[in-house]
Amino acid sequence: MANKSNVAFFWALFSAGGVVSAFLLPVHVFLFGLAFPLGWIASPSHESLLALLQSPVTRIYLLVLCVLSLFHWAHRFRYTLYDGAQMKHLNEVIVVLTYGGATLGSVVAIYLLLNVG
Amino acid sequence: MTERSAYTEFRPKWYRARVSTYWWLSQWSYTKFILRELSSVFVGYFIVITLLQVRALTLGASSYAELQLWLGNPLVILLNTVGFLFLLLHTITWFNLTPRAIVLRLGGKRVPDILIIAPNYVAWVVISGVLAWVIVGS
Amino acid sequence: MTDTIVLEVTRYRPEQETEPTVQEYEVPITPDWVILDALNYIKDDVDGSLSYRWSCRMGICGSCGMMVNGKPKLTCATFLADYAPGPVRIEPLKNFPIIRDLTIEMSDFMTKLKDVKPWIIREDEKPIEEGEYLQTPAELDTYKQFSMCINCMLCYSACPVYGLDDAFAGPAVIALAQRYNMDSRDQGASERLGILSEHEGIWACTFVGECTKVCPKHVDPAGAIQQYKVTATTEWFKSLLMPRGSK
Repeated sequence: MANKSNVAFFWALFSAGGVVSAFLLPVHVFLFGLAFPLGWIASPSHESLLALLQSPVTRIYLLVLCVLSLFHWAHRFRYTLYDGAQMKHLNEVIVVLTYGGATLGSVVAIYLLLNVG
Repeated sequence: MTERSAYTEFRPKWYRARVSTYWWLSQWSYTKFILRELSSVFVGYFIVITLLQVRALTLGASSYAELQLWLGNPLVILLNTVGFLFLLLHTITWFNLTPRAIVLRLGGKRVPDILIIAPNYVAWVVISGVLAWVIVGS
Repeated sequence: MTDTIVLEVTRYRPEQETEPTVQEYEVPITPDWVILDALNYIKDDVDGSLSYRWSCRMGICGSCGMMVNGKPKLTCATFLADYAPGPVRIEPLKNFPIIRDLTIEMSDFMTKLKDVKPWIIREDEKPIEEGEYLQTPAELDTYKQFSMCINCMLCYSACPVYGLDDAFAGPAVIALAQRYNMDSRDQGASERLGILSEHEGIWACTFVGECTKVCPKHVDPAGAIQQYKVTATTEWFKSLLMPRGSK
């Protein structure tokens, strides 16, 4: 079939990222962004967090969370620029900046999570 | 799509109104929609914060302490509060729209929306609780 | 003295103006009148030059869609008295080119509708002797909601994406494609998939959801589109992992 659109693939990532960020991100932000800095809950020590981070389970969990959420942002933001900012004429640039940005972020995530030591 | 249908040779002078740049402000439902879409920006932002946390933890106690100090800055707290509200907007709109995309049928009838939405909220609370327990209890 | 209400009606006469103008008409408010009645009163008794479409006057033909105070409505189903004391703004359906006054050009919609082949497609026809295609109530239930579409195009007026990008297939077209995809008698799902997922026909939709809000027949086109996205995505992955022969 002519010119088969590959948007389906990015929509799949967008959906998966939407699910993952909807379920997991709020509690992360609540704890690390509000509860710990504001002292509502005592922040765990650096040592204990590092130990938690070094577990392979944690690293895979964070990898999935980060990669999918980044592609969720990329796809949604791409279409927000098309419709909200009426920038569809910059299609190629937007595609590169959004999905490219998400890919870059994913590479950074992989690198950081591999080198947690 | 195939090309536009050909009209008669005596094409009248149709008037095409231009869509305003601020179409999304003309109606509250459109504005709500754009706010929902902008929540994705905060999703991306918090992932960046998460990756900064991973990096700081790896670099050592002083790096992590620096990041924590930054997170405690009132302006950052304000930004993160706004971002947290946007995250909640994302979660709530996502769950509430799920039954429109995933239609389940039991015994020939469509499962009511609330029975698809409610388990999402329950799972969300449970998962958040487990994560909090793991993080705080570490 | 009967109460009256002012209608601010868009006029556009391409032979004498380059932009639409507004003309005010004062019409009596009768409790049982709909906007269409007011327009017919204007055309019959006040100004016969006003152009607009209407037909059944009972919400089934889909002809009389217009913007009433900025919201897309069937004018035969919208009560005049609800807008008292007025004035009421009557404009042609948004996101379509205006031909004249309240009449819009709809061949874009008609072309797209035809493109998705909104009819039963069979790979193999049952011979007449074998009788009808039977369908259970449960099978009917899967697509019935989408079959209620009257092609009134209010959803296209509500859709900001269609307003910005007319490559988008649009809510009604996709809902009608789904109506046939979900029909147990139909075998044309992959044919329609090829057409709709080709030129980003469905992917421009960002689930604003306004289409469903304005639909007078409760078709829920937004739901149809999201369900279709799921189908299109699973088919995409399937064709990736299990390449088929020519389809």
